[in-house]
Amino acid sequence: MQFFRKQFPILLAFVMGMMMFIREFIPAKIAINLYEGFTNWAIVIVGFSALFAILSLLHHHVNKIRRKVPGHGYSIVTIVAFVQMLILGLIFSVRPGTPVGWEYWWLFVPMQATMFATLAFFIASAAFRAFRARTWEALALLVAGLFVMIGRVPIGEFISPYLSDFAGWIMNNPNMAGLRGVALGVALAQIAISVRIIFGIERTYMGGGD
Amino acid sequence: MKNNLSQAAIFLLLLFTLSLAGFAQEPVEPSAPGDGSEIEALQGADIVIGLEPAVSEPPAVNVPLPESATLDDLANDNGTGVVLQFPASPGETAELTYTVLIGESAGGPWTPVAEFTADTTWKEDEGHFFPAFYWFEKGRDGKTIHAVPIRNLGENVPLETGKQYFVKLQSALGGTTAEYPEVLSATPRENWFDTSKTNMLILAVLFGATVLYFIARARRDPNLFIRKINGLDAVDEAIGRATEMGKPILYLNGMSTLADLSTLAALNILGRVARRVANYESTLVVPCRDPIVLTVAQEIVKAGYADAGRPDAYNEDNIFFLTEDQFSYAAAVCGIMMRDKPAANFFMGYYYAESLILAETGANTGAIQIAGTDAATQIAFFVTTCDYTLIGEELYAASAYLSREPLVLGSLKGQDMAKLFMMIVIVIGTLLVTFGMHFIKDLFKALG
Repeated sequence: MQFFRKQFPILLAFVMGMMMFIREFIPAKIAINLYEGFTNWAIVIVGFSALFAILSLLHHHVNKIRRKVPGHGYSIVTIVAFVQMLILGLIFSVRPGTPVGWEYWWLFVPMQATMFATLAFFIASAAFRAFRARTWEALALLVAGLFVMIGRVPIGEFISPYLSDFAGWIMNNPNMAGLRGVALGVALAQIAISVRIIFGIERTYMGGGD
Repeated sequence: MKNNLSQAAIFLLLLFTLSLAGFAQEPVEPSAPGDGSEIEALQGADIVIGLEPAVSEPPAVNVPLPESATLDDLANDNGTGVVLQFPASPGETAELTYTVLIGESAGGPWTPVAEFTADTTWKEDEGHFFPAFYWFEKGRDGKTIHAVPIRNLGENVPLETGKQYFVKLQSALGGTTAEYPEVLSATPRENWFDTSKTNMLILAVLFGATVLYFIARARRDPNLFIRKINGLDAVDEAIGRATEMGKPILYLNGMSTLADLSTLAALNILGRVARRVANYESTLVVPCRDPIVLTVAQEIVKAGYADAGRPDAYNEDNIFFLTEDQFSYAAAVCGIMMRDKPAANFFMGYYYAESLILAETGANTGAIQIAGTDAATQIAFFVTTCDYTLIGEELYAASAYLSREPLVLGSLKGQDMAKLFMMIVIVIGTLLVTFGMHFIKDLFKALG
């Protein structure tokens, strides 16, 4: 039993990790089929795991309602919405024109769009905080940000045709250099963490400690 | 004066007549009697004189054809392709069009599978199939070999592995078509090693070996120096603050699935954080977006509490599923922040546009915030709104850094060495390319 709790997951991670690594270099059909097979497994597992997710969601909110924690009214809304959507979906299906389709298009999508739209206000408040020039770095950010913002709107072109080019230069050169530096570091770090996981050196993600 | 004028007029008339009769003709090469050239010359004279209608053969067009051509199995594929190669035909120009036809027998029927002008479809453009040529042989002073990968038999019918196929090559110029004299044949075969990824394999093995070497070295000498990461040093501070205030700690694993390494890195950090939270006897809240991440997170936190000797303090209700929808998830997490006012927020893993909504809401509640992401476009938002941000690779190093275990720290050292190597290669490569030498740049290029 101890073997299945401790050694087996590490062995499985090693075998699967090495197999996927080697597969990357084999163009033959067997490697393609192997990859497609594992992808299909993943789809099946995700399908089953949705059940766990639903149970977790219901359990969490029912508990909140039962204990009458502050804000449990939202939990009631969640449960009612979930149950009515499930019943309507089972009776009328989920195609456009059905009650579920109507709820999706006229409730869910507008609410989603509203949430996305709040981003504009958050950007304004975050920019206000970021552009307070308290350090040299913040000042550099402020100056670069101003040039990029003005260079990307029509008034920038009106003030000077060079502003747009300068904004482009900032984005394509210093900004791009920084992004590529981050990307390079991330790529190397991903290989390092993969080596740690494949060889069982990093085991925290399995639970059960080191 | 009148005589002079009439003499000049006669002279000009004579000259004009003579020029019509012969001076304006193309010079006729002396020819052997009976070869027909006399007739052509006479016909030419007739045309010029304009007494008879023109009757002539259209000029013969010389259509260039390659001097040689080969058909082989297509390299680095799954056995469903062949490749036709031939050197540029002598005197070919952009007006010349090549047509490639394929058949299942040497006698046809033939199906055209490729048509291209002579200034396109070069071997060096197909680096994936000819890596050795691309890295070591391709010319810098012009393209000289045409290469046409053929993967189907007409309308999306793929070639079959192990079956022989026949190919004809035609060239056309100005409406005249010529055909390569030989019908070529080849059989597609499965390939067991993608040679275009040789450079990747060598680098991956070298890098992996470096990491393993430093891990082994850390086993012998555990006193490795690792640079300080402020964001991770602040983890204890954040947990301590939450404990003092009697408020929960909110931990997000990002918006991606377990297939993403950044989610795995976030879960690794969660394990370390859970252990510390258990030690401090504080509350850890983990709302999840992905069902599989949820089950893994529950196991990790449970194990963290058990490792800290506080299995009784673990509450499964605190690690729960919210929704898979991006903005619904953001709205729900913002609601948790506004209602429960966590004292510390951790945003680890991969994020999209919701990053700023989450972090800005957290900042407004006055929580100490630590973010870590490899999503380059979201880093700026986290830097602006969080107290500490782990940028890119620091997210992956965090678990090792927090554990302080020599073996895991050894891998960070190996990672740094690989980074040093890459920096040296970049500097040398930049210098060489500046001086027109592209060799090193091509060697590191991913062809596959």
